Amino acid sequence: MQEAIIKRAKELLADGSVNRVIGWKKGEFVYDITPAVFETAEEIDADFVYNELTSANVSKYLVKETKKDGKVLVFLKPCDTYSFNQLTKEHRINRENVYVIGIPGGPKLDVEKIKAKGITGILNITNDNGTLKIETLYGEETMPFADAVSTKCENCKSKKHVVFDELIGEDGDITDTNRFEMVEKLENMTSQERFDFWRDQLSKCIRCNACRNICPACTCEKCVFDNPDLGTDNKAAADSFEENMFHIIRAFHVAGRCTDCGECSRVCPQNIPLHLLNRKFIKDINSLYGEYQAGEDTTSRAPLTDYTFDDCEASIVHERGAE
Amino acid sequence: MNNDTLIPYIGVVTDIRQDTPDVKTFRVVSPEGQKVFEHMPGQCAMLSIPGVGEAMFSITSSPTNKEFMEFSIKKCGCLTNWLHAMDVGQQITIRGPYGNYFPVETELKGKDLLFIAGGIGLAPLRSVINYVRDNRANYGNVQIVYGSRSKDDLVDYQEIIDEWLKDDGIEVNLTIDNAQEGWDGHVGFVPTYVKELAPSTSKTVLVCGPPIMIKFTLEGLKELGFKETQVYTTMELRMKCGVGKCGRCNIGNKYVCKDGPVFRYDELGELPDEY
Amino acid sequence: MLKISKDRITEIFNTVAESKSLYLPVNREDGQAEFKKYENGMVLSENLNTLRSAKDFFFPQTENLVDFKMEGKNIEVIDVREECEDFVIFGVRACDARSFTILDKVFLADPVDSYYKNRRDHGTIVTMACTRPSETCFCGSFGIDATEPEGDAVCYTDGSSYFFKANTEKGEAFINSVSSLLEDGDTAELEKVQAKTKEILAKLPLSNLSTDSFGGEKLNELFKSEKWAELSEACLGCGTCTFVCPTCQCYDIKDFNTGNGIKRFRCWDSCMYSDFTKMAHGNPRLSQVERFRQRFMHKLVYFPANNNGEFGCVGCGRCLSRCPVSMNIVKVMKALEEK
Repeated sequence: MQEAIIKRAKELLADGSVNRVIGWKKGEFVYDITPAVFETAEEIDADFVYNELTSANVSKYLVKETKKDGKVLVFLKPCDTYSFNQLTKEHRINRENVYVIGIPGGPKLDVEKIKAKGITGILNITNDNGTLKIETLYGEETMPFADAVSTKCENCKSKKHVVFDELIGEDGDITDTNRFEMVEKLENMTSQERFDFWRDQLSKCIRCNACRNICPACTCEKCVFDNPDLGTDNKAAADSFEENMFHIIRAFHVAGRCTDCGECSRVCPQNIPLHLLNRKFIKDINSLYGEYQAGEDTTSRAPLTDYTFDDCEASIVHERGAE
Repeated sequence: MNNDTLIPYIGVVTDIRQDTPDVKTFRVVSPEGQKVFEHMPGQCAMLSIPGVGEAMFSITSSPTNKEFMEFSIKKCGCLTNWLHAMDVGQQITIRGPYGNYFPVETELKGKDLLFIAGGIGLAPLRSVINYVRDNRANYGNVQIVYGSRSKDDLVDYQEIIDEWLKDDGIEVNLTIDNAQEGWDGHVGFVPTYVKELAPSTSKTVLVCGPPIMIKFTLEGLKELGFKETQVYTTMELRMKCGVGKCGRCNIGNKYVCKDGPVFRYDELGELPDEY
Repeated sequence: MLKISKDRITEIFNTVAESKSLYLPVNREDGQAEFKKYENGMVLSENLNTLRSAKDFFFPQTENLVDFKMEGKNIEVIDVREECEDFVIFGVRACDARSFTILDKVFLADPVDSYYKNRRDHGTIVTMACTRPSETCFCGSFGIDATEPEGDAVCYTDGSSYFFKANTEKGEAFINSVSSLLEDGDTAELEKVQAKTKEILAKLPLSNLSTDSFGGEKLNELFKSEKWAELSEACLGCGTCTFVCPTCQCYDIKDFNTGNGIKRFRCWDSCMYSDFTKMAHGNPRLSQVERFRQRFMHKLVYFPANNNGEFGCVGCGRCLSRCPVSMNIVKVMKALEEK
């Protein structure tokens, strides 16, 4: 797959269709892959990488990149295409300045899940028919591929590219997932259990803002949490209340626009399952306003910014809150 | 436990002078009526209204003033708006003194001095000017070139008229950006005026003002034959601690709060252009 | 050397915890280690390192500096400082141990930060020599020997026992407090383990990372490098690297109105944040290029310029594994040293 992607990127650069390529650059190890902009075939040959460890959703970089001169080529996994559509819908991306090639997505690996098994000193990782062979400083280790699948790929919502100018590989279908399973589990808890669950998770937060800054739905020019003039900036969790509020307010702000790409949980240095907050909103929106998938298209009105006579009464939401 | 510089003293505002439409000068003493602490010309202090904010201000008064400290403050943000709104008798918090100072007891001693200031840039220089006036025998001739947008924007205009102009061996050249009624002095920007005045290159220069004024003044001085080692200025960057630890006011490896705010131009030239 | 067999280490913890607060790395549910206050039954983590660094003990993410009571035109300043209680941190790695000497150079320099010093004076650091360095480790590049960490006392393991050695008076006091549990032990096996660890250290993928291209004398050359724009391109401007870093010490001071007075607190800040240097009339670091450059220039150039060549990095590797876009100091160093 990597070869096909590289070949096509170089072709489009060579014939002048695009003058830059957004992709991924290999790092020091097999897994520390960085989103990068490539401008020449030489750079691509030297560093471009796309494999099972390439997870980053690069669609948000297009906010910045499509404001520049010339056309940029971007490779999007199925899940990334939803973010792309949503950003297009919100007029954050200049669609004319980008050429989209859809590429097959996950399941991707999360190296932290390998390390959590005590496998450290990782020098190389290869996939041998569902078994990972991991070469380490301390000898070779193996583990099932499935046990190292990134949380964001565990409940893949779609193998389908909802937007592309061309495809490399086959397009897939929207998948039948049980992605709300954990949300349901949380819903079935008593309010005290649920509170304890979230306190336990959110108390780990170090307010690094990685979740917000990676989030394709968080593209405000000036985040409310960064504004000292409003008095709403809070760099540090001064108390547990603030700690909770940051994540809850953020979840509210992206409700109806979050495509469930899972980047927030992927990048959280404290492994907080932040995507569950967003999934709760998605599940609620589905049940209150009808099935809706943010980023599925660029034209439909989002449930929370649309009014219909079928909308549930505010009292229903109110009563649910009292449970 | 020993005192910590981050724990401030109380200061009482005993006098407030409206200097220009957006600059007020505040007189501050301790609750006992003494000076809160001693300082040297060019040094700064952190003033704060708890709950509103804390910021670094140049100490405008001269160390030779043994009764009180003064701060000339321009209204430009949250804290300064608050300070401008307060009445005499209000307490504030104060900590310092912070930073280095103009080398009044070393390099500047015995020298002819040229002060060049623009707008609120007079604030740090006023401390040196009055220090020099109070230790007159230690310094040569003094020339002050000071300009502002208009006559009303000349900070300490009254002190300049009443005191500085009457001193022997002090030449004051005032200028305003645009002609206005009731002003028969010079009209024009400070850098241009300095070139017109063509001061002797034997002088040591202390310059302070908006970055754009400093930039063009320095170019002009160079054309006149001044060397960078003859020129001192003060810098201003965002500060929180005041003692080189919070990590935000650095230019290269120098912290403006601790290694500055006073820099000689050749020293500044060796630092990265990030201010 | 004095030792205790591995299965009896809990006895040491229990004894220490009787008189002092004891903190040690414990595994969380997700397999990550974090320092926790010891309670009976806790198991010492076998992980190479904790997710967050040990700097939190001396420089916590938030702390109250001073309180104010406002009444009419009057202000009352309330000193909230209290003498800290003695505590012991067990299991600090060599990299984090060195980070304390780096933090000392900032916080204990004149004027001394009394908040930091208070905790520093009352903390005893018991380090743990490494036996399983990871691919992300590069402490050797900064002159740190992972098999021989600094600290008040050092703990070594040969796999079946823990050996103890004191470096300071505090360390001796620590060993004396548990000496009834210790016995003299043969270090032959330990020496073998250390030799083997040294072999691994020598062949770590980053073992050849050189600091030769950095230091105070390279200030202008590195500042002007054209590579910063490309290096910072993927940077999200988040504070992850800063907050997991054991040597990052920039802070903000803020006031919090409790409704019953003002609390002035300090909290970690990050030079990666857009408002870090923002003033009423402008910002000298307008884009992420300048902010990104600042962080690495600080560690590799400015800090050594001000501290006799000592770098502001200890090679712990946390930023390597935690950066959301996998951009880190190693990549920066390698890119900048290419001519």
